[in-house]
Amino acid sequence: MLGFQLSEEQKAIQKVAHEFAEKEIRPLAAEYDEEEKFPQGFVEKAFQAGLTYLYVPEEYGGQGMDFLTACLVNEELAWGCCGFATILGANSLGITPILVAGSEEQKRKYLNDLTSRPSLAAMALTEPEAGSDAGAVKSTAVRQGDFYVLNGTKCFISNGGIADLTTVFASTDREAGTRGLSCFIVPKDTPGISGGKKEKKMGVRASVTSEVILDNCRVPAENLVGEENRGFKIAMMTLDKARVSVASNSVGIARAAFEAAVDYAKQRVQFGRPIAEFQAIQFMLADIATDIEAGRLMYMKAAWLETQGLPFTLESAMCKAFCSDMAMRVTTDVVQIFGGYGYMRDYPVEKYMRDAKINQIWDGTNQIQRVVISRAILS
Amino acid sequence: MNMVVCVKRVPDTAESEVHIDASGKDIDKSKLSFGINEADNYAVEEAIQIKERLGGTVNVISVGGKDSDEQIRMALAKGGDEAIRIEDPAMAGSDGFAIAKALAAAIKGMEFDIVFTGALADDDGSAVVGVALAELLGVNHAAYVKKVEILEDGKKIKVGRELEGGLMEFLEMELPAVLTIQTGINEPRYASFKGIKQAAKKEIAIKSLSDLGLDASEVGEAGSWAVLEKFTPPVVGEMAEILTGEPEETAAKLAAILKEKGLV
Repeated sequence: MLGFQLSEEQKAIQKVAHEFAEKEIRPLAAEYDEEEKFPQGFVEKAFQAGLTYLYVPEEYGGQGMDFLTACLVNEELAWGCCGFATILGANSLGITPILVAGSEEQKRKYLNDLTSRPSLAAMALTEPEAGSDAGAVKSTAVRQGDFYVLNGTKCFISNGGIADLTTVFASTDREAGTRGLSCFIVPKDTPGISGGKKEKKMGVRASVTSEVILDNCRVPAENLVGEENRGFKIAMMTLDKARVSVASNSVGIARAAFEAAVDYAKQRVQFGRPIAEFQAIQFMLADIATDIEAGRLMYMKAAWLETQGLPFTLESAMCKAFCSDMAMRVTTDVVQIFGGYGYMRDYPVEKYMRDAKINQIWDGTNQIQRVVISRAILS
Repeated sequence: MNMVVCVKRVPDTAESEVHIDASGKDIDKSKLSFGINEADNYAVEEAIQIKERLGGTVNVISVGGKDSDEQIRMALAKGGDEAIRIEDPAMAGSDGFAIAKALAAAIKGMEFDIVFTGALADDDGSAVVGVALAELLGVNHAAYVKKVEILEDGKKIKVGRELEGGLMEFLEMELPAVLTIQTGINEPRYASFKGIKQAAKKEIAIKSLSDLGLDASEVGEAGSWAVLEKFTPPVVGEMAEILTGEPEETAAKLAAILKEKGLV
């Protein structure tokens, strides 16, 4: 049996998220993008509204949404502003290693704490020389008695340097590459972890992206997530979920751009009539609407597989690559529909284009997604 | 404090194109999205805040079809306890007075301290239901309320009414009472997913006119004082002066008019 009907509960929370995005995010989006500053007070607002740590189970203080419902919420938040959505998305990313591989004790201790207050989390995997090649991580974790001592520099970390808790991937066996990675829970007050250079970005500028520096950072051995040298698997399980979230964000951006284009095309008069009456524009809008529909169905399918406990690595990679490529194409076309005005920062559509771009890059570039997809279909 | 909140599902017309439908008595709602009437949303919040402070119950009531369950459930998700929806084909064509009759029939049997409504509906803008409801229930009322203070004994309240020019008028009145709530009185919360899930399990009691002891002739067009004849779009030009020409020209004309009238 095949069904596309959302439950009443899903529709209700989707509506709440939409209203939150409309009232609490959209009015601020342009300002925080322009000034590239972190929106103080936003996390508090999201916390009060019950829109943080969406898929953390209620027993650990989270919202207890199934993954599909969480992605529907993501889409609405990104419709408001992908930068704002990134702040909350990075939270979910940051705690997912604990959720997928942490011990019961770690979940109780850290998740309950983070979900009980307005907090931030981050995941630190990427390094200057370890982007797509995660096995090239140079940060090290050396066991000394009851501690691991972490050293190294992580880069491009969303919520980096400001997170209350960071899940850090470091090498416990440099020779072993991906098979030597381990994952650690590093609370903010641990001596030796700090934020480094704050990046200046093309898009998602309301969110902080920073280096995370580990300088003889002593982490209690009990903060090892899962087993030693099994961190790569944890990272991949985390990214499987993150990629579907990226896809839902991409659909949110594309939808925002599409809605702006429809409004504009109906109002903008050239050659004596609204440009929406020209087939050139009509066909672009038709293609955009079709693309968004396809993208949404893809991420919903991938998220649904996750909720059923079925494998979804392939579908996750597919929807991530498809939706982010789609959002890039759609936002570029929407700027084209706006013409010269679209290129100006007075209108929101050039921002959508800048925000869309990162989704083709992070959580595994779309080239890496194609590696994942082709391996699955050729194996 | 036992409270009742009346909510209405209305189309969102703020940023949509609105067209009159074929009947000429309504707008085409097929492409509009719907939500809770804005002032009612504040009324729900006010009731829930009082319940959180002082305890009691919040009973949610709406007149409408099954679609209205969406707005009722959202109010339940935020902290409402029970809900009633009045649905009857004979309600069609009811004005604010007839709606108030149906609401009064449902509320009459309840033990209530305060009944909240929104001050004004976004769709018809009549501002009638709350005040008529108070008359029918035979209790005190205040309209356009922007501040509610429960006095210590819980038998009286002090309310602030918003008057023109930002003035506030303060009144003390005995309970029970009907208050029509003005937007901005509080900051309405967002329903949480947990609340939404709990609300989904609650029953909404559906009441027909006969359940309420009302006759069809008391509501609908027959039971209304005002009957909607037709909608017409505003006539362009009758009251307005339309400036034509190139932008530079029209801007100069506009500036001259504003100056002449002493508006700039």
